[in-house]
Amino acid sequence: MNDRLSVEAAVEGRLHLDDLRMDPATLGFQADQAQADGNDQLGENLRRAAELVLIPDEELMALYEALRPHRSTASELSELAQSLVQRGAPRCAELVTEAARTYERRGLLR
Amino acid sequence: MTNVSDSELSSTAPRQLGRLRMLDTRRVNLDGFVVPNPELGLVAMASPYDPQPSLVIRDGRIVEMDGKAEADFDSLDDFIATRGIDLGVAEEAMAMSDLAIARAAVDPAIPRSEVVRIVAGITPAKLAQVVALLKPVEMLMAITKMRVRRTPSIQAHVTNQLDDPLLLAADAAMAVAYGFRELETTVPVLADAPSNAVALLIGSQVGVPGALTQCSIEEALELRLGLRGLTTYAETVSLYGTEQTFTDGDDTPWSKALLASAYASRGLKMRVTSGGGAEVLMGAAERCSMLYLESRCVSLARAIGTQGVQNGGIDGAAMVASVPDGMRELLAENLMVMMRDLESCSGNDSLISESDIRRSAHTTPLLLAGSDYIFSGYGSISSYDNTFASSNFNGEDIDDYFVLQRDWGVDGGLKNRTAEDLEAVRRRAAKATQAVYRDLGLAVYDDERVEEVVYANDSRDLSAGDPRAVLEAANAIEGRQLSVIDIIASLARTGYAEEAANVMAMMRERLKGDHLQTAAIYDESMNVMSKITDPNDYSGPGTGYEMSASRRHEIDDIRQARSLAELVTDQKPHEGHIKVTEVGPAEVGTNPREVCIGVSPAFAKTVWLSLSGLTIGEVLRQISAGLEEEGCTVRYVRVPGTIDLGAIGLITARLSGSGIGIGLQGKGTALIQRRDLTPLANLELFSIAPLVTAKMYRQLGQNAARHAKGMSPAAILGLGTDEAIAARYHARAVALVNLDREACEPDRGPVTIEVQR
Repeated sequence: MNDRLSVEAAVEGRLHLDDLRMDPATLGFQADQAQADGNDQLGENLRRAAELVLIPDEELMALYEALRPHRSTASELSELAQSLVQRGAPRCAELVTEAARTYERRGLLR
Repeated sequence: MTNVSDSELSSTAPRQLGRLRMLDTRRVNLDGFVVPNPELGLVAMASPYDPQPSLVIRDGRIVEMDGKAEADFDSLDDFIATRGIDLGVAEEAMAMSDLAIARAAVDPAIPRSEVVRIVAGITPAKLAQVVALLKPVEMLMAITKMRVRRTPSIQAHVTNQLDDPLLLAADAAMAVAYGFRELETTVPVLADAPSNAVALLIGSQVGVPGALTQCSIEEALELRLGLRGLTTYAETVSLYGTEQTFTDGDDTPWSKALLASAYASRGLKMRVTSGGGAEVLMGAAERCSMLYLESRCVSLARAIGTQGVQNGGIDGAAMVASVPDGMRELLAENLMVMMRDLESCSGNDSLISESDIRRSAHTTPLLLAGSDYIFSGYGSISSYDNTFASSNFNGEDIDDYFVLQRDWGVDGGLKNRTAEDLEAVRRRAAKATQAVYRDLGLAVYDDERVEEVVYANDSRDLSAGDPRAVLEAANAIEGRQLSVIDIIASLARTGYAEEAANVMAMMRERLKGDHLQTAAIYDESMNVMSKITDPNDYSGPGTGYEMSASRRHEIDDIRQARSLAELVTDQKPHEGHIKVTEVGPAEVGTNPREVCIGVSPAFAKTVWLSLSGLTIGEVLRQISAGLEEEGCTVRYVRVPGTIDLGAIGLITARLSGSGIGIGLQGKGTALIQRRDLTPLANLELFSIAPLVTAKMYRQLGQNAARHAKGMSPAAILGLGTDEAIAARYHARAVALVNLDREACEPDRGPVTIEVQR
């Protein structure tokens, strides 16, 4: 997979940031390894990461922003969770849904 | 304003004890110390308001934790209860006594993995109570066993007040040469950040590849730099121990969890930052102890799924150290991270005290026990240039650090380098950065600037330059969205093929993801060392990390070490300044006014300069003059058969007509002896040769004469000192005594000598 990643390719302008994109399968493999080694939470984080690989940088930034305190309404978070499910990111969606529940109860919504 | 005379003042002002007056000026008294105040959270290990550990699980979910019902959970409790506790082991673990878990952490016979399994099931309040039971030395035992990575390592701060990119790169390269495997920079001017990240990236890959770099700034901006590959890890992702402070930090556990995943999705290593004292400083500690709040942070870190935590001596460290048990609490923070099976980046990150004794006391335990990172930011640059504020150890202290590694025979992660090596990597890094900045049209720095940077100690040694250059370069990097690929291409175009290849190797390795495992670093051959590939296997004496012979040599071979031969090279230039001739076996004198001076075997053979810096000719001249001034006659003898000054003195005294003799070693140690005393019971001794002055040698001669005449000697003053005399001179003293040993002829009796100047 790494043959394309050469200094020559960079000099000739044939490399783009997309070429440095992680492979979700790699993150999945690392997640398996972390879990086999006794850290389920690290595994879960890496599985969420695998879901985020294909989300463009700007949307990723927006997703982070939406979860910060007092940034989103309940319905905005609910829509966000649904869109994440549709984009094949159920674990991230679950994180958002869980956040929405607590934000509501703890006054952290917008 | 009226004038008050000194006498009036002294008669009215209360007198102060001299000892306390002196103590008031000691640096430790610049530190702030406060009486614990639980209401404000100003208490280290235990507050009366800390919750008692509890855990109730119903239908597979936690409905009560640490005395709080589910309905009362704040957002931190919620996150920990949902994601942070291993329900499979929780009931077993919570049923264990605190003491049993504390003992398990220390006991080398209980495997690390078993402690990790149990701790995964305990609540924040329980873990805090467990570590609070450990004495400091027990904590060190636990850290030795519980840290994740077998091989210890260390992180550096690399910053300067000007954000000068050439200096950043040169200092980064030097830090890597010293052995730092993670480099962290930040900015005094936020907008400079992209330039700092690029300079650090270039400098970090000069010489050897694989050091990870980060630029510590606001969370979202930091992520943006990472997304473009300009940094390779992140650490300034802050957690706090109360809901209020967490929210004041403009995040929630969920946003932090998303951030952790975002970094991993782009292949960046990431850890979080917490650390006692932050909640107190932010005025919302909820009356809890620093240890309990930090335990919540560590539980959150595990729940979020990050691989590591920076804590135990971060920004609030001095706050923690202002209360009783403060330093102990900081160490306990690191240990809690390790017990939760996370990478520990172990603080020592901010200057904890004005007192060198206290700041050393903070760092030494971790250096001895070893950690994944003994420092989460050793200030590799000068203290002045550290834009994070000073670290507990800084550029000024690096020789101390090398020596401490050598003193204790422990691996603190660093190695001494030659001046040539350091100069070479500094120049290479500065030139590579100059080339890339010019090639990419970011800024133009001339060759003179490069040379200034190479030889600079810090940014104060640089000429002013163009103050807007850095900001313009940073704006260009940001405006054009330059990425790591542009940097690689530019390095290659400008002839820095090795650095281009090193940065590319970092990108290639990143895609494998092995560095996302817990406690991962790259070694200098780009091998990942992590919990998976280099797990800590300590299980008692003879196990765990051991230095290789070559690593041990790196630590022992400090630049100040001298062989015995090198320690005496200052003798040669003084060779022959006096001429000593033997005139025959020494007889016992008959003149009651005669005082003999007996010299050691190597005196005027191979030893010519005493430790005080006086030549031996001058020493002899002064002693003789003192004797003559008091009306005595002088005879010189050599005692070739012994190097023991006590014996030399006694033999000399027995040869003197007066019965009083002076023994003198070439290194300058001298004594007055009387023929009827035992070898060690001399009359007067100058044992601290480095401090003896010409005048004092003269007084020694005078006193010997007075003894000869039956008069009382006069007191010789001036030998008091606060210098570490032994540390300064003992090695040289041994080398000079060794010359006496080499010249010693045990079978020869004393001989009379003549001395010509």
